[in-house]
Order: sequence, then C-alpha cells, then structure tokens
Amino acid sequence: MAAISREEVAHLARLSRLAVTEEELDTFAGQLDVILQSVAQVGEVTAADIPPTSHSVPLTNVLREDVVVPGLTPQEALSGAPDAEEQRFRVPRILDEDVAS
Amino acid sequence: MTTTLPAYDEVVARYEPVIGLETHVELGTNTKMWCGCPTDFGGEPNTRVCPVCLGLPGSLPVANKAAIEATIRIGLALNCSIAEWCRFARKNYFYPDMPKNFQISQYDEPLCFDGYLDVEVNGELVRIGIERVHLEEDTGKTLHVGGATGRIHGATESLVDYNRAGIPLVEIVTKPIPGTGALAPEVARAYVTELRDVIRSLGVSDVRMEEGSLRCDVNTSLNKPGEEWGTRTETKNVNSLRSVERAVRSEMLRQASVLDAGGKITQETRHFHEDTGDTTPGRSKETATDYRYFPEPDLVPLAPDTAWVAELKAALPELPRLRRKRIQQEWGLSDLDMQSVVNAGAVELIEATVAAGTTPAAARKWWLGELSRRANETGVELADVGATPAQVAELQGLVDAGKLNDKLARAVLEGVVAGEGSPTEIMTNRGLEVVSDTGALTAAVDDAIAANPDVADKVRSGKIAAAGALVGAVMKTTRGQADAKTVRELILERLGAQG
Repeated sequence: MAAISREEVAHLARLSRLAVTEEELDTFAGQLDVILQSVAQVGEVTAADIPPTSHSVPLTNVLREDVVVPGLTPQEALSGAPDAEEQRFRVPRILDEDVAS
Repeated sequence: MTTTLPAYDEVVARYEPVIGLETHVELGTNTKMWCGCPTDFGGEPNTRVCPVCLGLPGSLPVANKAAIEATIRIGLALNCSIAEWCRFARKNYFYPDMPKNFQISQYDEPLCFDGYLDVEVNGELVRIGIERVHLEEDTGKTLHVGGATGRIHGATESLVDYNRAGIPLVEIVTKPIPGTGALAPEVARAYVTELRDVIRSLGVSDVRMEEGSLRCDVNTSLNKPGEEWGTRTETKNVNSLRSVERAVRSEMLRQASVLDAGGKITQETRHFHEDTGDTTPGRSKETATDYRYFPEPDLVPLAPDTAWVAELKAALPELPRLRRKRIQQEWGLSDLDMQSVVNAGAVELIEATVAAGTTPAAARKWWLGELSRRANETGVELADVGATPAQVAELQGLVDAGKLNDKLARAVLEGVVAGEGSPTEIMTNRGLEVVSDTGALTAAVDDAIAANPDVADKVRSGKIAAAGALVGAVMKTTRGQADAKTVRELILERLGAQG
C-alpha cells in the first residue's frame, strides 16, 4: 500500500501554495511514496525503550541574554524584497487564510 | 438584516453558557524572542529587524532567557505546573505577517499547564481553571492597500512591517468555564482584569489593551440545562475590558436567537465590533485548519532547572487580590473607597508614597485629588502624570512641617508635574514658603490693622469674627504665603482680644 495518496499530495501542494499539474501529482505521489517508505524503515528498528528523537544533538536550554544586538537597516532589510513601498515589504493580498495566534 | 434578540434574562433562564478565554500578552523584554532586535512600541517600519526575525536563509533562532523566565513566572503566579522538559513547535501557515511562513509556538508541550486563577465577582470568589501558558512569537503588522476601505476585503496589496514580528508572546488559555449563568460576561471581564493585574504585578509586560500588548479572544457556547455543552464560537478583536463583557453578552444573545429558531451554531471565528457591540462571522474555512505542527528543529528543548523554578516561585510578588485586601485593611478604607483607588490605578503609587513616610490619607488625597484630575485632563495614566511617590511624600512633609499650606502645596505640585524639580527646590525657587518670620508677619499684621481701623475697633470690642477681614488682608499682602491660623492668633494678640 502506498504511504501517501494522490489526494494527500494535492492537499500538501495547496497548503504550500504550489501549482501542481495533474501529471505532476502522479509523479510526486510516486516519488514521495518512495521517500516515505525508505524513512519508514527506521521504524522497524525502533523499540519501546528508544524515545522518539526530534533533535540530533543532546542539548537543552540553549538560551541567550536579553541584550539588544544591532540588526539590519530598513534599506538592507528590504534589499532582497521583490517589491517595497513606504519602507514596507509589498506583497499581493492574501485572503481566506487564518492568521497565526 | 435585523433580528430581534431575546431579552438577556430570558436567555439565561433557558440556557447555560460555557465560556473560555485565550489571552495573548506581549512580554516587555528588551529584545525579541529569538534575536537581539529591540522591542520598543512604535518606531519607523522595518527598523527593528535582522536576518533571524526576517526568516532569512541560514539564520538560527536562540531563545531569550528573560522571556522564558517571564513565562515561567506567569505560570507560577497562575498556580500552574512547569514542564520539566518541553519543545517549541512550528506552526505552518501561509500569510505574510510572518516572513518565515511559520510561527514558532508550542503545541502539545506547553511550558506551563494546569493552574487556576481566583477572581472576585460581586464579592464572591470564582476559580478559573488555566489549561496552559505557552510561549510563541508575535507577528508583523500588515497594512492593506489598494482598496477603498483599507480593510483586507477589496485590498489588492499588503504592506508589511516586521518590527513586531518575533516579539515574545505568551498565550494563556483557560479551561472551559461552565456554571457562571447570568454572570458569564462579568466573570469573563473579571478574569481578564485580574490576569492583567497579576501580569502587571510581575513586571513582565505593560499589559495595555489599547496598545495591543494584551489581546483577548473569547469563546462562548450555550446549552440547555442538563444537556451537553453547545458548539462554541471564538470572538476575536476584543480590545478592552468592557468589550470582553460586551462580547460574551452579545454572543450569548445571538446564539440564543439562533437556537430558539431551531438553528444550529456554526463553529467559527467571529469579530467583535467596538462601535455596535455586535459580532460578525470571520472568514469561513472551507477546509479544517492544518498547521502541520512539528517540533522546531532549530531550537533545542527546554528543561527548566527545578532549583531555578523554585527560586522564581519564592521570589513571586504578593498576588494583587491578596495585596488589595491587605492594603484596604491597613489603610482602613471602605470597599467603595478602595474601588476608587483601584480604578484610578493608584494602589502602587499610594503604597510607595506611604512607604516614603506619608499617612495613607494624605497620600490618597494627593493621588486621587490633584494628580488624578491632572492625569484625566492630560489623558495620561496616573503613573505617568509627572510626579513620583517620593516627590508627593516630600511635598506632604513640607505641609506637615508648616512650610507649605494647602494652597501653596498645590502650586508646588504644579511645578513638580511641570518638571521644575523637587518640591523643596520649587518652593525655594518660586518663593512659595509660608512666611514664618514673625517680624515680617507682625509688620504685615500691623499694616493691616492700620489700614482697617474700623475693623480693628470691632475686634477690640469683642467681635472676634470680624478678625477674618484682617486675616484676609494679611494673606493678600503675603500673597497667601502666611499660615492663616498664625496670622489670626497674631491679630488677636495685637488687638488684645481672646481667640
């Protein structure tokens, strides 16, 4: 059985705002399936005494002091933007999306 | 689209409300959550940004220790358990208010969880359960342009300022609050008020709703007695304490009218409108929200040290509710008087003034009188009026020492607010001190007697009350800088009359 369906790929493409053609859906579904199946092999060697790993380095509490560090000028910040206006990033309007928090 | 809403009394007779509140608090740290950019309110667009908060490739976030500490302190003040180990999570969504296309938040491992906050409603304590307190980052500000209204509908473009993006944001979520009945709107307001006071007392945020450093979403549902809880709606854009109360009430009325007509409540986000007090539906979601949360790979887990947490807990300030009770007792105030002190935002100021050596009554007089009036006139918070508790205490000290009378003290206070210096400096510089030189005062009294022989005769013949005119004359020549009581005694003495 495939690890990912064509519908799931379409859903992910939509969430990622990727315009994917019908043929590409088939291609990507096949490719993603191979990737997922490969990664799934890791699951075969895990055991109950091995906790799920989210970070490859065994570190906790990497914190910084609350001290201001100089950042970018607005000109630098906007230099890579496709478009700017009034010292702000200019982007096409986005509708029908939920805003964070 | 006019629907007649049922009366509130009838609604609460037929339905039981369940409410819940999600509150976002912007922390007052010096720097952002993951980078060293400053967090000051306002500022020119995109002047407080760097590769990290702009989400540029290759940049790595590092958590702000002060923000972690502030969040733990909030959790402790809300009687929460503190996670021994937890992770940040990526909340993926497509909207330009975050340049990364995701927000770093916490998902199923909040830093603080399972607490409560006791709030007082009509003299009764109501315990509000706290589900979780977690840490995330604020978003940038979008300005919609190209449309006629400036709102998102009709706009063709958005202009984005990322100064606010990445500022530490604490989210505090209550457990569902059933059983409040008709008091639901007041409970909601009392909770947000108390939460604000608790956070303010911790000194971790200025918690100003009007500036958006405290923001509130209100969940409301109705069910018939004995039945399961109803479908809830989430009302956003509730930007004042009064609006919290109004939003719950208006949503209860709206839902009751839908249910009465045999309709169903749609689970949705609604927007509160300050002007009308109504809520309207937000954008509808065709598909269920899919944020694809996963553990943030760029940040290592947090494991707050037990000793550190214990230290933070021991150093928590007295909770505002208990502090208010204690202060009210110490100052001997009625409930009503205490309420006026609280409403004026004067508790801390009076307390500090008393600590500097003034009686509670005198401290209260200055802060609730002259200074409150001044704050109202200029539209600033009492704390920002321009006088400090130390200055008020010094002023009252001068009054107590007989160097200033009430009128002169007010003039000196005016100078203090205007930034002219300390009360003593102003008194000296402006020459406002009470004339205590008996020689000068006697001369002024003699002049007044000489200038008003008729009045003087009346006083000599025993009409003591007539002395008032002479007192007035002396006060005039000394420009109000004499102590009226001393002047009166001197006059009577010079005229051989008994006071």
